[in-house]
Amino acid sequence: MAGLALYLLSTVFICYVTFNLRQHLITPAVWSSLFWITILFTAVNAIAKSFIGERKGLHVYLYSIASPAAIVLSKMLYNLTLCLLLSFSGFLFFWLFLGNPVADLLLFCLVVFLTSMGFAFSLTLLSGIAAKADNSYVLMAVLSFPVILSVLLMAIRVTKNCIDDLDRSVSYHEILVLAAINLLVAAVSYLLFPYIWRS
Amino acid sequence: MKKGWWKIVAVVLLVYTIIGGLLFSVPRLSIVNETVRALYFHVPMWFGMVTLFLISAVFAIRYLRDPKTEYDIYSVEFANVGLAFGVLGIFTGMIWANYTWGSPWHGDPKQTGAAIALLVYLAYFVLRGSLNNEEQRARLSAVYSIFAFAAMIPLIFIIPRLQDSMHPGSGGNPGFNMYDLDNRMRAVFYPACTGWILVGGWLATLRIRMRLMANDLNEIEDEKNR
Repeated sequence: MAGLALYLLSTVFICYVTFNLRQHLITPAVWSSLFWITILFTAVNAIAKSFIGERKGLHVYLYSIASPAAIVLSKMLYNLTLCLLLSFSGFLFFWLFLGNPVADLLLFCLVVFLTSMGFAFSLTLLSGIAAKADNSYVLMAVLSFPVILSVLLMAIRVTKNCIDDLDRSVSYHEILVLAAINLLVAAVSYLLFPYIWRS
Repeated sequence: MKKGWWKIVAVVLLVYTIIGGLLFSVPRLSIVNETVRALYFHVPMWFGMVTLFLISAVFAIRYLRDPKTEYDIYSVEFANVGLAFGVLGIFTGMIWANYTWGSPWHGDPKQTGAAIALLVYLAYFVLRGSLNNEEQRARLSAVYSIFAFAAMIPLIFIIPRLQDSMHPGSGGNPGFNMYDLDNRMRAVFYPACTGWILVGGWLATLRIRMRLMANDLNEIEDEKNR
């Protein structure tokens, strides 16, 4: 946990240091892409740990005491909390070091919330798959990036709207799609998890 | 011969598509002009890809419900041919874009969506490559392929419709929609789609037969060595 916080902090700090001499270069577009890249990498690293690197004994123990549905739900909820914590503290770090160009804070918080949810739900299942292979961490990145891109695309577009302080009705469709993707991903993860848990 | 009638249909339809697609008259539309004929060759690739991926996902589901090796082979080979269709679709699109938009890659939402969809299925093959246990490989890749297919639906069908795009058929550009596509084009377009999809199925079944035979041969060898 402390490791993850430090990971996040150092990533933000690297962004700050690399742009240190050219502060004026951080346009809202650059800010938004830096922010989402940081959140993406932190989330992938954080959630990868939910199955990868678990001891064999723990796996067997969990298998014997709980149903797969209970396990996937609890892992998803835990990852959601973790992701929310990381995203919002990431936002605070960004605010501290790189300023805050977001005009519509409430909508932005909603987007961060929905995106974290999407990350948490889809990455939980993928981490379970990747944990079974040899080079899990590389595989985790390969498997998750394409799947997560659609969530990220939506998030970046709404972020742009938030920064430009457009009317909220403009972002309505994107928010709806984001919520729909989350629902879909959560449902599919819940249905498919028993099959990867069995081995 | 009786079972192969649909292969003959596929060949006839494609010969018709090539002749009709290149020679029949097409409506004059601004910007696209004669390149509107790409509709007969580029668009069916996407129809074919989505159909093949759908069949692949269906066999993945069947594998999970009833783990037989054949279902796994079906699922992989349909995904394989679907990927080939997707690559062809992207390349035909790039050739077309080079002449119409001035450069092969324009960052158009539809191009982005298509590229991501291909990345997803490339990741699927990477996943298969990195699992050694055969049974585990089949099960986990089936799970991933269903998950990936579900995640691909918004990417291909919803997101491109939310954004303005220079792609024909959206954002006021002439192209594939019910107002511009006249009956002359429909007469070639629908047979073209059917023909390409059938060819995709044909390719996949050929590959499946090869894989099944290879499996049988391996089993025979194993018996011998015992």
